[in-house]
Formats: sequence, C-alpha cells, structure tokens
Amino acid sequence: MSDPATIAALESPGAAASAPLLEISGLSVMLEVNGTKRPVLRDVSLTVRPGEAVGLVGESGSGKTMTARAIDRLLPRGAEVQGSIRFGGSEVGALSGAGLRQYRNQVAMIFQDPRAHTNPVRRIGDFMTEALRTNLAVPAAEARRRAVDMLTQVGIDDGERRLRQYPHQMSGGMLQRIMIAAALLTKPRLLLADEPTTALDVTTQAEVMAILDDLRRGFGLAMLFITHDLELAAAICDRTAVMYAGQVVEVRTSALLHSDPLHPYTAALAAARPDITQTAHRLRAIPGRPLSAFEAPPGECAFAPRCPHAKDVCRTAVPGLVNLDGGMSRCARAHELRSHLGDAPHD
Amino acid sequence: MSTGIPTAIDAPRFRALTSVRATGLIGIVSAAVVAAATFVAVFGPLLAPYDPNLPNLSLAWIGPTGGHLLGFDVQGRDVLSRLLVGAQTSMLGPLVVVLVSMISGVLFAVVAAWRRGTADAVISSGLDILFAFPGILLAVLATAVFGAGLLAAAIALSLAYMPYVARVLRGAAFRERSQPYVAALEVQGASATSICLRHLIPNMLPLIVAQATILFGYAMVDLAAISFLGLGVQPPRADWGVMISENQTGIVQGYPLPALAAGVCIVAVVIAVNVLGERLFERAQAARG
Amino acid sequence: MRWKFFARRLAMLLASLLVASFVIFAATYLAPGNPIAALSGGRSLPPSSVRILEQRYHLNAPFLAQYWYWLDNALHGNLGISITLRENVSTLIASRIWTTAGLVLYSSVLILVLGIGIGLVAGLRPGSLDTSTVVVTAISAAIPAFVAAIVLILLFAVKLGWFPAIGNGTGFVDNVRHLTLPAFALAVSSLAIVARVTRASVREEGEREHVQTAVSRGIPSRQLIRRHVLRNASIPIMTVAGITIASLIAVAAVVETAFGLNGLGAYLVQAAQSKDLAVVQGISLLLVTAFVIVNLLVDMLYAVLDPRVSLGSRAT
Repeated sequence: MSDPATIAALESPGAAASAPLLEISGLSVMLEVNGTKRPVLRDVSLTVRPGEAVGLVGESGSGKTMTARAIDRLLPRGAEVQGSIRFGGSEVGALSGAGLRQYRNQVAMIFQDPRAHTNPVRRIGDFMTEALRTNLAVPAAEARRRAVDMLTQVGIDDGERRLRQYPHQMSGGMLQRIMIAAALLTKPRLLLADEPTTALDVTTQAEVMAILDDLRRGFGLAMLFITHDLELAAAICDRTAVMYAGQVVEVRTSALLHSDPLHPYTAALAAARPDITQTAHRLRAIPGRPLSAFEAPPGECAFAPRCPHAKDVCRTAVPGLVNLDGGMSRCARAHELRSHLGDAPHD
Repeated sequence: MSTGIPTAIDAPRFRALTSVRATGLIGIVSAAVVAAATFVAVFGPLLAPYDPNLPNLSLAWIGPTGGHLLGFDVQGRDVLSRLLVGAQTSMLGPLVVVLVSMISGVLFAVVAAWRRGTADAVISSGLDILFAFPGILLAVLATAVFGAGLLAAAIALSLAYMPYVARVLRGAAFRERSQPYVAALEVQGASATSICLRHLIPNMLPLIVAQATILFGYAMVDLAAISFLGLGVQPPRADWGVMISENQTGIVQGYPLPALAAGVCIVAVVIAVNVLGERLFERAQAARG
Repeated sequence: MRWKFFARRLAMLLASLLVASFVIFAATYLAPGNPIAALSGGRSLPPSSVRILEQRYHLNAPFLAQYWYWLDNALHGNLGISITLRENVSTLIASRIWTTAGLVLYSSVLILVLGIGIGLVAGLRPGSLDTSTVVVTAISAAIPAFVAAIVLILLFAVKLGWFPAIGNGTGFVDNVRHLTLPAFALAVSSLAIVARVTRASVREEGEREHVQTAVSRGIPSRQLIRRHVLRNASIPIMTVAGITIASLIAVAAVVETAFGLNGLGAYLVQAAQSKDLAVVQGISLLLVTAFVIVNLLVDMLYAVLDPRVSLGSRAT
C-alpha cells in the first residue's frame, strides 16, 4: 500500500509538495447491523491537499458517504474503525473534548437533504449562528451580522428577514444554500459535501453547484465532493477518486478520467452515461448490480463478477492500489489494459 | 385511561427486551392469555366448579382451602367460580363496544375519504365536535337516563370511542383512496360500494385489526370501571369489575384476595391485548411500507 | 396567521360544548316516560311539586325554547335543584369542587414530573435501567385506576399505615395526605403512558438527521440534548400529557368512589344511581366544559411549540 506522502509526491511531480490537509490511510470500518458486524469500508486511502477539490464518486453501497462520516466522526454507535485519518497532521480518531470541537470547526459537512438536516422548530438564524455562538464565543449580534453577510454571498439578499424564518417556509434549494452558508461561517479548511445537490431539482442543482464552487475557490477551501455523478465530479474537482464495494478503485486527475481511465469500473461508468451529443442505439449498462462492501466476494477483485476484462488473475487475490501514470488503480490488469479501457467491452 | 382519545402515539413502541427470542416469547404468552380469556368467557359457566351466585355468609372471607383455590368472597361464594363466570361479561362488553365503534368508525372514515370535499369536511367537523365527551362520562349520563346496566354503558362507550376510531382510520382511508389501483378500478366501471368493500377496506384491514385490539383494552378498562361504580353490570351478577367493588371492604379487613384476584385478571388481559395490539400495529405499519 | 388557527379551534370547541350541552339537556327527553318522570327519577311527586317543576323547566314551552332556558340558566350559575337533597345543584357542586380539582391537580403534577422524568432518564440512557423501565411502564399502563386504588390501599394504608384509606380529612395538610393515595391511583396508568411516549420521542428525536448536523458542528452534548432533542420531543410529549390529563377529569369519579372522597365525580355517580337527573346534568355540564377547555389549552400549547402548524387541526 503506497503511503500518502508518496501518493502526493507522485501526483504532482515537480510541484511544491505541500503537506496534505487530510490523509486517510488504510481506513476500514465495520458496522453492526442486526447483531452482525459487516464491513462497509475496506482499506480506503485518500489524500486532500489544502485548497484542492477531490471528488469521491460511487454508486449506492460503494461506501462514499461512510467515508465522509468517518472523517467527520459521525459513524453510528458500535462502529469499528481501523486505519488512520489525519487532519493537519493530527490523528482525528484520537481527538476529544476541546480538540474535537476545534476539529469540527475546521471541517464542515454539507448534507444531502437540507430539510431533514435542519431542525424544523428552530429559526434559520438560530441554525446558522449556533456553532459561532457556542464554540467560538461570538456574541449573538455579531454572529447574526456575519450570517447575513454570508447569505448575501450565497445569493440570498434579504438575509435579516430570512434569519427570522423557519425551514418549512423555504424551498429545498434555498435551504441548501443556507446550509452552505452556515458551513462556511466557522471558516473551515475542509468542506465535506455529501451529494449536496442530489435532493434538488435540476435547475436548482446547477445554481447551487455554481455557488458552492465559486465560494470554495474564493475562500481557498479544500473540498471532498461526494457524488454518484462522474461528470459532475470531473467538472468541479481537480482530482477524482472512484469507489466500489467499499474500496477506492481509482484516483485520477479529473480531466483524464473520461479519456484515459485506469480501471474497468470507471470506464464502464463513463460509458454507461448517455451522451447528449451522440445517438446511442442501446444504453451500455453494466451487467449485474453494484455490490456493497460486505457483499464483495472475498479473496478476489470485487468488480470481477461484472467486469468484461476479468481474467483468472483477477480472482486469485484482492488487487492492491498501483501507481500508474500519475494516478492510481486497483486493477490486477491495470498495466495490460492501459489505453484499451476506452474500447467497447466484448459484447 | 378512559376518554378513548389514545392517539397513535401511545400505541406504545414496545422496544422490547434485548433478544428477538424474548420478543417472540412475550407475544406468544400474550396470545395465550387472550386465548385463555376468550375460552373462559365462552365456557365459563361450564368450567366453574361451584355455584358462583349462591351466597353463604357463614363462609364469608375464608381463604383458599380444599377445593376452593381462591377462597370465598364477601358473601361466601367461591371466588374462582365467580372469576370464571365473570369473564363472560368482562370480555363480552368490550367486544360489543369494539364492534360497534369500529364498524361505525370505518363507515365514517371510508365515506369521508371516498367523497372527500364537503362530505369530508362535514364528517370531520362533526367528529371533532363529538370528541367533547369522555367515555366514562357519557356512560354515567346514559345510565342516569336509561337505568344502570351493561348495555346502556356499552352503547355509550361505543359512541364516545367512535370519533377517535374514525379519525385514525380516516387518514388510512385517504391514503388507500389515493392509490393508483382505485383509479384503475373506477375507470373499469366498478361501483364505489364494491371498490370500498372489496378493495379499500380489506387493504386497511391490518390497521383496523390492530386498532380494534388496542381499543379492546381501553373498553375493558372503562367498562370494568363503570361496573365497579355500580352503573354497569349489576351485583350480584359475576363480573370482574363488580367483584372488585363488592370485595373492596375485604382489603381493609385483611382479606384482599378476592378483590386482587379480579384485579389481576383485568390487568393480565389488558396487558396481553396491548402487547398483541402493538405487534399488529407494527405489522400494519410495515405492510404499508 | 396563527390567530386564525386559534380562532378556528375555539369555534370548534364552542360548537362541541353546544352539542354536548344539548345532549345533556336532551337526556330529560331521552329517558323512558315523560320529562316529569325523568326529572323526578321515577319518584311520585305531589301535584304542587309537579307544578313547580313544570314552571322551572318551562315544560310547556317548545323543545328548543326549553333548551335555551336551561342553557341560559346554566350560564348564570343556576343548574336546577337536586330532587333528593332539595338543594341548589350549584351549591352542592361548589362544596365538592375543590376535592375534585385538588385531586386532578395533584395527579397532573405526578404525571408530569414523574412521567416525563422517568421517560427522560430511560430515553437518554440506554441500558438496564431503560429496559426495566420499558417493562414496568408496559405493565403499569394497563392498570386501571380502581385496581391501582385497591393495591395502593392494601400496601400503603393497610400494611404500612402511611396514608389513610378513606375520606377527605380536615384541614389543608390532612387533605393533602388523604388525597395522596387517590392521586397516585389516578395517575398510575397515565404516568406510565407519558413515560413511554417521552422515552420513545426522546429516542426518536435523538436519531434524527438534524441532530447529526449539530453534532457535526461540535455542539456539546448537553446543549444538543436540550436545544435539539428535548425541544423537538416536547411536541408529542406535551400533546400526550395534555390528553391524558384531560382524561383525568372523567376517571376521577372512579377514584373518588374507591376512596370515599367527597368529590364531584363520586357525587355524580351517586346521583346517577339515585336518578337525580338535575344533579347529573349539572355536574356533567361542568365536567364536559372543563374537559373541552383543557383540550383547547393542549391545542394552543401544540401550536406554540410547533411553528409548522398554521391552519387546520393538529397534525397527528
């Protein structure tokens, strides 16, 4: 397993290798479901550098949301965590008390469903200023002022009025913008965006995405952007990691993800998405269904059952992450299949 | 615990003891208790070893001896026999209350959901207004007017419970009404009555049964209370509520068994019915998905 | 916009009261026999008494007019005369109302303090205490007030002698002592229900996503529980607590009878047995009014606690 420092060095050779802000190495998580322990994450490794946007792409069950929760220490009770998550050099798992609170100020999470994630009986002003007033001891009036400022930045102009309203009086899109604004108030260094636009309608998605992207760049924040949409991740993130069955199977510069994928799964995902510029006679779906970590067949590549390029070597052992052309791939035949993955799979 | 306005919220979420097996055991025991009570309610008089109604004051208050497992009550009658025979009115009364209030409640709920609009508004408002009467109060009023007795009390309770049943079921009826299969049937030309009777109501059945079970418990408590007050089943007729009232003097005199025995019977059946009702309720929720 | 909600509820409740009072009044005519027989409870009366009754109840006027007179009288505090005691019903009520009010109040305090308290402890601390609470409350919720009454009398009056079994007592402190066992008997099953709902609501609210948001921001747990879990859980808790307290008004009759208390409920029962219709009507009217008012207060409390409520009845 390549260690995070090497990975960072590999991916931007020659650039001033700034110390990674977030380093996840060998993260494995088991959850207790109905009395039995099941793996949800298997040996996940990832880095995010300061100011960098990294996409985390996967279908349902891939473990992408779990990864974000593990980073934010929001795992359910009874979860077993192995491996390490380091933020700014300190081990996140070891934090407690004031240290943990400070960490939470520096890492802000934006959730998928804004309505479920806001307290319906409290006013927006309360919601937005809570962290400021409680953890950072900012006086109420000052906190409100900052909240109104931030609301303007996300495109909500009558902030004062909005602060007095309740969540049920607003649309989903507006609530998500408020959630983004609230997340930015504590001046975090890392944003964890868990499918922030999935619950919104298409037009609003575009608006909210634009706001999020602008503000992130404006404030120079790092971001881990979780989505199931490969193209969306590619559009706004510098690098993208693809997850399958609880593992990272590819990490690649976003620009190259489509044209030169390193893992069959990524290639299949990209191919499965209908392209508006072309006429397709048949949607190229991936046969079978996505597996969760606990469903993955042991001792072999998790994607092998569905992979059009699978050979015997894929079924003898779980492939490790190999470095390839500035990216990483968890494919036993990665070198072999290099540049051929864009070809149509044998039908 | 009367009034009949227990909401869905207090169909208590029995997050039972740890293991799944324990949960199953409780359910089985409850079902057994209810089955036993029903059996006794039907066959009580045949099972009673002694005459439940023959007073013999010289035997009053004597504790368990010989063939008299629970001893004698205030008038020297065998307690066990009276309990067995008393199960009849104690179980039958609530049954009548549940049947009447559920049937009328379902009717109102379905009509309101089917017709929607004005009919629904009228029915809902009407039901809201009827909520003013707690069950026991209406029963007392009824007995003052019509004379004490189980029938008057049972009918009064049914009337008092009906608005609550209708309100709970109205929500479910509306949900069923807006399902696509109803529109499909309408398009095919099925009549409103047939759709309601053959599709709508059967689909609501899990909820109806769960609600009826929980309601049985409340009816049992309320009716026993009314009999305890002397306004329901009349002494010397055997009934668990009446037995508690008759034998209450024994408590302070040092002979608590007869009254306690009747009390235990009531509580045991009510707990069993509550547990069953909760299980059925959970299943109905799960079935709805 | 919230005022519309209140106004609508108030109107509904006034309508309820009107209908209820009508039903209570109509009892005179629902009884078998003529109104005189109903009012006299089947007793034979001398002609002079019959004439007095006819006059007082305007029995020769049309039905609705009679209702109006009766209602008007009632609103002015004139509830008729007890046929058995030959006294004003209002006077008879006044002397007994404090017992019932005290009993209901005492019970309400027990339900709120103990019920919510136990539910909170069980809900916030998973573990053996919680499991035993679930079992105990499941059993207690099924114990009717009169069964609780005899058990409490047996344990605390007969065996332990801590509290008296029967009667009202004299003087304030003695009154409270006499009301203690009755208050507990009345409160037992409602207390259990409130404890269960509290526990369930606290558990449920604790799992909600908006609590996760607060956790992800590092809000300390005490504040989290207070501002996000309890504040939200208070809605269903208060609603159920309010409803169960309202039900106390009716069940008090059972407890008063069991403990030989000189309250409105016990008197209502006696009047029903002796067919003293005027008394039954008077007390019924009073109790129904109290019940309706408490329900209105619960509705208003709900609207205050939940800002999502605007128009229409309370969400179930």
